[in-house]
Amino acid sequence: MLPLTALLIFGLAIGFSILARGRAVQVSAGKLASLHSRPAYHGLYSFLWVLIVGLVVLIVLSVGWRLWLDAQLMADIRAALPDAPIIEHDLILNDAKAISDGTLASRTGEVRTSIAAAYGSGNTLRVWVSVALAIASAVGVGFVTLAKISPDWRARNRSENIIQVILWFSATIAILTTVGIVLSLIFETLTFFNQIGWRVDKFLYGTRWSPLSGVQEGVIDGDKVGALPLFTGTLLITVIAMLVAVPIGLFAAIYLSDFAGPRVRAWAKPMLEILAGIPTVVYGFFAAITVAPFIRGSGEALGLSVASESALAAGVVMGIMIIPFISSLSDDVINAVPQSLRDGSYGLGATKAETIRQVVLPAALPGIVSAVLLGVSRAVGETMIVVMAAGQGANFTANPLEAVTTVTVQIVMLITGDTDAKTAAGPAFTLGFTLFCVTLILNMIALSVVRKYREMYD
Amino acid sequence: MDSMTNMRMSEASIEARDIKMSTKGVDVFYGDTHAIKDVTVDILDNTVTAFIGPSGCGKSTFLRCLNRMNDTIEVCRVTGDIRLDGEDIYASRVDPVQLRARVGMVFQKPNPFPKSIYDNIAYGPKIHGLVGNKAELDEVVEQSLRRAAIWNEVKDRLDQPGTGLSGGQQQRLCIARAIATAPEVLLMDEPCSALDPIATAQIEELIDELRADFSVVIVTHSMQQAARVSQKTAFFHLGDLVEYNDTNHIFTNPDDQRTQDYITGRFG
Ligand SMILES: Nc1ncnc2c1ncn2[C@@H]1O[C@H](COP(=O)(O)OP(=O)(O)O)[C@@H](O)[C@H]1O
Ligand SMILES: [Mg+2]
Repeated sequence: MLPLTALLIFGLAIGFSILARGRAVQVSAGKLASLHSRPAYHGLYSFLWVLIVGLVVLIVLSVGWRLWLDAQLMADIRAALPDAPIIEHDLILNDAKAISDGTLASRTGEVRTSIAAAYGSGNTLRVWVSVALAIASAVGVGFVTLAKISPDWRARNRSENIIQVILWFSATIAILTTVGIVLSLIFETLTFFNQIGWRVDKFLYGTRWSPLSGVQEGVIDGDKVGALPLFTGTLLITVIAMLVAVPIGLFAAIYLSDFAGPRVRAWAKPMLEILAGIPTVVYGFFAAITVAPFIRGSGEALGLSVASESALAAGVVMGIMIIPFISSLSDDVINAVPQSLRDGSYGLGATKAETIRQVVLPAALPGIVSAVLLGVSRAVGETMIVVMAAGQGANFTANPLEAVTTVTVQIVMLITGDTDAKTAAGPAFTLGFTLFCVTLILNMIALSVVRKYREMYD
Repeated sequence: MDSMTNMRMSEASIEARDIKMSTKGVDVFYGDTHAIKDVTVDILDNTVTAFIGPSGCGKSTFLRCLNRMNDTIEVCRVTGDIRLDGEDIYASRVDPVQLRARVGMVFQKPNPFPKSIYDNIAYGPKIHGLVGNKAELDEVVEQSLRRAAIWNEVKDRLDQPGTGLSGGQQQRLCIARAIATAPEVLLMDEPCSALDPIATAQIEELIDELRADFSVVIVTHSMQQAARVSQKTAFFHLGDLVEYNDTNHIFTNPDDQRTQDYITGRFG
């Protein structure tokens, strides 16, 4: 009913915009140039007003009424069953709605039936009144806009203002969402630190991580939330990944930009970009099923003991994942080094190798650094590969052949585990916040480096 | 022509000098484009030779043949005979890298490397192993900067980036950089076209001084500049060398009608 009404309002808006155009043509008395705004703007003006007023009335009325109705019914339930726990009240309300809608309820009973009846009548009233008022206001506003049309009416400026407000509103929503997420991260982190008695040091420097083992609901043991093994695990895997990705990615970029002919370039660059499009979950099981056993097998052949899930396997595959990222960005910055610099170097009798090493790379260095930093922040935040290939044990080790765990893996474990969400949320949010800070700083450094670099050559 | 005769002219006549570079029957192709057609020119030692002509006529292309810079362009093919001190520079045993140390080049747009002023100058001597130790390198850097008439402006900030200098200073830095590899010929492709009149005057004065030590070839689209700085002038048109003669002769009494039309501004 309500979605149908929204559609109807949209139709009304279109209808009024057509009427408004016609009316604008009519008041111009055949001389379109005498209108301040072209007929299309009169149409747009009516369209926007009808649509916005209709939808706002519909949404505000139906949602507000719904909340009010729920509150009323909850009060009735509480009056009927004052002793039942709150969770039971919620359940009764849900069941009553289900009964009234004719879907399956978990239980039936006297209270439920009576509440269902109350809900049924209240809800019908709510829907019909909302629909009626929304349509009425849309039509009303439509006629008001029609009445305003005259040659001097500044429909263009006014529609542009309305559109500007809509744009502002969208931007605000985007920003507020970000701010909201960050604030909730901060809030949950503070709550968590409060639970462990503000011993932030225990979180940052403790080496024992099993936050949920043997804890009762809502209680966290400060001695078991040492996240250091997660940080070192993340660091270890990131370092391995960068050891793979930076040389290969950079050399690939140098080859592509300064050695490859145009034909090689034409297919090699898209190929690399396809590599960047492979979902990380695919890399993940590639790491777990192919690379990890291979590393284990070759390690055993050399007489080393290798865990079946190792930091090395995850790191290498993650490195492969990041190669296209680094090579593509580096290729762009190396290409952006002006040809005149290369000419200058060749003109002094430098070889290609000397030119690349001593002129092109130093000139592109800031861009390359920022590509590497962005690569690092990808590695730090990467989840699927490490979940599948790095193991879960929070080992405090620097040995790449052992299983390690990372910040992201532990967040996954906490949230998907069977401990209740409220207890698990604290450590998970805190880890998430830590991760957020690290990647934010890395990205900020990278972006400021890139900006400096741009200034140098523009 | 009046304004031309008022202009400061270079020496009236060029006494016989040694031939530094000689070209015979040079053709250049970019793919199917025939950019230079059968050009024969002798570049004299201790002389400034100017290449003039409407843009697109092949001045830069021909200049870049003289130090094999065209080798870096894939589609470019050069035929004919080009010699430096009688030696064929396109012979297979000649390394273009060493050739370019002997035939230096300065470009249209100043292109200092993103390094310190000192390292910009030291770059050439270092890659060619011209110096044995730091003291010698310091000496080369100072000498080059002095000869490019920029030493006094930068001697206190040799460790600062060359990209931070003004346009005119950057171009003199690039000239100093080219001088530092001790070349015998200096090629300049419109070295002043990105500079203001004052910087241009400084560079022109510098070019006149450089003539004492090098053979200088300068491409310019300004006929006044050619008249001011050069002793020999070559006029190119549509890939042909129309006329090559003493600068005086070209600007006062050209043999070819096209040259006459160009220097009097009737086309170009
Ligand atoms: N890299 C290149 N590839 C293809 N054609 C070129 C290239 N450089 C120059 N040309 C062509 O060669 C001709 C001569 O160009 P150029 O030597 O730059 O002229 P000028 O320096 O006299 O203005 C022009 O027609 C130009 O289009
Ligand atoms: Mg040119």
